[in-house]
Amino acid sequence: MMTAPVQTQTVDLVARFPGVVAAETRPGYTGFVVEKEKLVEVATALRDEFGYDLLTAVTAVDYLPENKMEVVYHAYKTTGGPGLVFRVQVPRVDPVEVPSLIHVYPGVDLQEREAWDLMGIRFTGHPDLRRILMWEGYEGHPLRKDWKEPFYEEEAKPFKSRWPEGKHILAEERNPFNDNLKFPPNFDPEKWVPDNEESLYAALKRYTVESEDGMNTDRIVVNMGPHHPSTHGVFRAALTLDGETIVGLKPVVGYLHRNHDKIGERNTFLQNMPYTDRLDYFNSMSNNLAYAITVEKLMNIPVAERAEYIRVIMAELSRVQNHLIFIGMLLNDLGAMYTPALYAFEERELILDIFEEVSGARMMCNYLRFGGVVRDVSPAAMHKIKDLVFDRLPAKTDEMERLLAENEVLVARLKGVRVVDAETAVKYSVTGPVLRAAGVPYDIRRADPYSIYDRFDFDVAVRQNGDMYDNFMIRVDEIRQSLRILGQAVKQIPDGPINSQKPQYQVRVPAGEAYGRIESPKGELAFYVVSNGKPNPWRYHVRPASFVNITCLEQMCIGTKIQDFVALLGMLDIVMGELDR
Amino acid sequence: MYGKGILKGLGVTWRRFWSTYLEDISWLLSGKKRYFTEEGVRHRSSKHARGIFTVQYPEEKLIIPEEFRYVPFLVYDEGEGGKKEVRCTSCGICAKVCPPQCIWIVRSNDPNTGRPIPEPTEFYIDADICMNCGFCAEYCPFDAIKMDHDFEIASYGRNVYSLEKLLKPASYYASIRPENYAREEEARKAKEAAKAAKAAAKPAA
Repeated sequence: MMTAPVQTQTVDLVARFPGVVAAETRPGYTGFVVEKEKLVEVATALRDEFGYDLLTAVTAVDYLPENKMEVVYHAYKTTGGPGLVFRVQVPRVDPVEVPSLIHVYPGVDLQEREAWDLMGIRFTGHPDLRRILMWEGYEGHPLRKDWKEPFYEEEAKPFKSRWPEGKHILAEERNPFNDNLKFPPNFDPEKWVPDNEESLYAALKRYTVESEDGMNTDRIVVNMGPHHPSTHGVFRAALTLDGETIVGLKPVVGYLHRNHDKIGERNTFLQNMPYTDRLDYFNSMSNNLAYAITVEKLMNIPVAERAEYIRVIMAELSRVQNHLIFIGMLLNDLGAMYTPALYAFEERELILDIFEEVSGARMMCNYLRFGGVVRDVSPAAMHKIKDLVFDRLPAKTDEMERLLAENEVLVARLKGVRVVDAETAVKYSVTGPVLRAAGVPYDIRRADPYSIYDRFDFDVAVRQNGDMYDNFMIRVDEIRQSLRILGQAVKQIPDGPINSQKPQYQVRVPAGEAYGRIESPKGELAFYVVSNGKPNPWRYHVRPASFVNITCLEQMCIGTKIQDFVALLGMLDIVMGELDR
Repeated sequence: MYGKGILKGLGVTWRRFWSTYLEDISWLLSGKKRYFTEEGVRHRSSKHARGIFTVQYPEEKLIIPEEFRYVPFLVYDEGEGGKKEVRCTSCGICAKVCPPQCIWIVRSNDPNTGRPIPEPTEFYIDADICMNCGFCAEYCPFDAIKMDHDFEIASYGRNVYSLEKLLKPASYYASIRPENYAREEEARKAKEAAKAAKAAAKPAA
């Protein structure tokens, strides 16, 4: 049985940068505080000297009472081991400026834009610092603590109007045009004209060439989506084309934005659990797991032994059905309409039946609780799981492979079409199967184990070429590995309690921060939660795999044909519920 | 050989195609009905499912597991003479734990003393906002609010359920969730027995 890589080397950034870096001293916090002026220098050293080559998360926290803002970075090594947290603190006076790390870690691109959009942190040196989830011209930064949404009731749930004098009123009867809606200064609806997204097209403009060989040629801009059937939801890409070749691309997202982070900060810790289901709605069990792990880290509580196994079983069943659907949908995107997709959906149905039996819902499972799970898996449900794991799913995975893997038409379409190479993938913070298909064996289950994954015998699926075929086949490999884990888990699962805690609707969470990450089927899914000891989180941030992975989309697509765009986007396996939050 | 992979793949679809007929014929020969029967639906969602997989809603419906949860309802016990003994004490835990805050409760007050009495005057659930998470049922200390199985609630208007619409008898609850009901009744009886034993022990002491 392989063991997890042991990390013995500790990083002494303070000694390396005296006077610039200070160790974090607040209770419940870890890492280093870096002087803003030297941020780029420190980050470069982290990457080049200390080997932290994968910067997974960038986010900001608004510490309103202390009148300061903080940008938090989480860096990891692709060789495995725990991560390193470093942060910059700036006074909360507009403009809040922090140097951009885009030239050290290009993967921060969209995340810095998000922090600018939602928190109002101006990253100096970022070449394309536009809003990303909200629209240009939007007034205010919604994740700041002094920002209030329309229909704002109170800072935190539970709202006092519900009990004991809970006279029901419909939401629309509370006038949305009350002082909760903010307009830019001097806004006049009569004179307002939409901005025609000039800044978006200006961001693409650098690819325009006026004259070639004495002939005036022009590049055309095509908007793919938001209502394109192959973009898996309301996703839009502005593409610059030279003939059929893509020479520039900007993803346009946010159509499904519902300010999940802000809702999370109004909620109590427990109330966030069902909301996480709605992120990546294909894998609600994985989302639950990531959130539960994060809050358990903060609360510093153990998880019941049986519950750990149940969690692993559910997370791996999610992965199996996610990858089956991925294969089906990819074939849909490529034009093999419905047959593989419907074959995949049959197996997904059976897995969802299990989820429904144990949790009560097929997709919005809301199954995990802090310290365990909500209810035990009944013997009948366990029997069904065994039936699937030992009898049906291995055969059906083989059948899927037999159906597609050697098909000459498909192989000709996929083989040799580059998706992304290892170096670019790491630079752009790509995680998940796409990274592993490029030859980087980075799987959080092995690299930075969580839950009880260190007890199972499985291989990190990895392929070397980074082409479309490898990206397709790695999903089949991962299904097989998941089935291996499942086989061990259902055999080893002990009896016992399913929660280490008493059921309580108001959990006590000590002050501090926690960053919990799991290997979700789409890549690294992580939650960054800051508590100040109150019943509601002070900061609740989701680091979704889909959102960070599309940072690399431009790099993947440039130089390929527009036909490949659909397949390349399909390879990233994005889901808009998670991408737009 | 070029084309072998395609043939291999076609073999899969070919087998799947014929298995729909073989499956139907084998059911026909055994004299059982594969469609529009509970047995048939159950078979189609088992590990043996081959051939036609689809369940023809609304003529056929999937078998709903006991834990399935949809918009909550309030449980009342049937007292003497058909009197509705509402279990809810309007303690407000469900309203507090509700993530989208769709539960609205008016607590009753004694008209003479002004003190709260343990029953709701009004109870609303905005079913359009309810996210069916099941927290209310999970954390209710009185087993008074439970998740329903009735998912066909489409309507032309807004679904704001008042107390009248929400109240359902305990027998209904026992019919949709027999195992849960039995477990809770047992716990309740054990508790009452313990209470009675304590009361019986007291005068002796």
